[in-house]
Amino acid sequence: MLSVLRTDMPIENPDPTADQDYLKALMMEVATSRDKTSFEILFDRFGPRIKGMMEKSGASSDLAEDLVQDVMLTVWRKAALYRPDKGAVSTWIYTVARNARIDRLRRLPAQPYIDVETVMVASEDESPEAEAIGSQQGDLVRSALEKLPSEQRQVVEMAFAEYKPHSEIARDLDLPIGTVKSRLRLAYRKLREELEDLG
Amino acid sequence: MTVHHHLDDASIMRYASGDFDEAFAIVVASHIAMCDDCRAAVRAAEAMGGAVMEAADSSPLEADAFDRLSRMLDMEPEEPLLTPGPTAGKVPLPLSRLIGGDLDQVPWRTIVPGMQRHRIDIASSTSSLYMLKIAPGRKMPEHGHGGTEMTLILEGSYSDVFGQFAAGDIADLDEHVEHQPFVDSDIDCICLVATERPTRFKGMVSRILQPLIGI
Repeated sequence: MLSVLRTDMPIENPDPTADQDYLKALMMEVATSRDKTSFEILFDRFGPRIKGMMEKSGASSDLAEDLVQDVMLTVWRKAALYRPDKGAVSTWIYTVARNARIDRLRRLPAQPYIDVETVMVASEDESPEAEAIGSQQGDLVRSALEKLPSEQRQVVEMAFAEYKPHSEIARDLDLPIGTVKSRLRLAYRKLREELEDLG
Repeated sequence: MTVHHHLDDASIMRYASGDFDEAFAIVVASHIAMCDDCRAAVRAAEAMGGAVMEAADSSPLEADAFDRLSRMLDMEPEEPLLTPGPTAGKVPLPLSRLIGGDLDQVPWRTIVPGMQRHRIDIASSTSSLYMLKIAPGRKMPEHGHGGTEMTLILEGSYSDVFGQFAAGDIADLDEHVEHQPFVDSDIDCICLVATERPTRFKGMVSRILQPLIGI
């Protein structure tokens, strides 16, 4: 299936849509063939970003490095649970990283999150809208994100890339928490509208 | 399941970024497990997290990072993945881990006639998590909240100014809200509740109980 990839395995494809397909193909190779070469490309691609996010959210360099190991080990173990028709590879790896952070950095059980993912994997009878959103390519989400007004994008990045609680975002930006929440709501609704238009 | 009352979009974002404490995470996850729309909503918010991650600043890994991981992969036993299906019935998976799968087996404690409670002890949380079982026709005095409160209905129904809340519905209320729930089903209304600031909650309970026990 990946004979093309094997002779020429770049870390990133310059065309965003092709790049998303490339990541999915790598993930499937890991899931079905336990292919370490594909896995190493995913590791090189996401590992440094996961480390950067963990450091921004308060982890020391050593702990962030450990968390990358944790996250990528889980990606390897659970690769078969990734469903290419339900979302981008980055979305799935993001959730694995979020759960590892809850577990290790916040010392809270990630079990409720894992249970929801179990239900998601098991539920086949989803609404057409859910299917449409799930099948969207990650590049569309990325371009929707780039189109957000900077004040909305800022709170989204603080919430997701730095894992900051809403209360802390409010404090850092010297805003009422209600304003932080409404910016997040607006950003989220814009994303949904874009996805639904395309779906 | 047809659900009429959903999570606020800000709560969807909060869940997707992993910001809830344990009590709220359990209530929110239990609702999401019961609600197709909120599962789709969470997936969209997580896609946003994935897109943010793709654009995030990198921090260089140690030179031997992949080799270290690679050695661990070689030691990994190849076991088939367990993918348990969702629990059937009225108790969603995240809650069934704590109370089992049968609402009749919950060790209820009567606090006043017509109102029973089961407190769920969680080690880490600054918020309280408990279940309530309230008899048909029971009306609570109007009350406000000391902080955010989330109530997930598991069985029966109640009504208040926001409408009727039945199994699967969640009331995602912030501290500015005042309401007066009234159990309008002909069976007991059973719900799962997370509240911030337990001390203020005590005040609320005593206000609820005051007219019922005649003090």
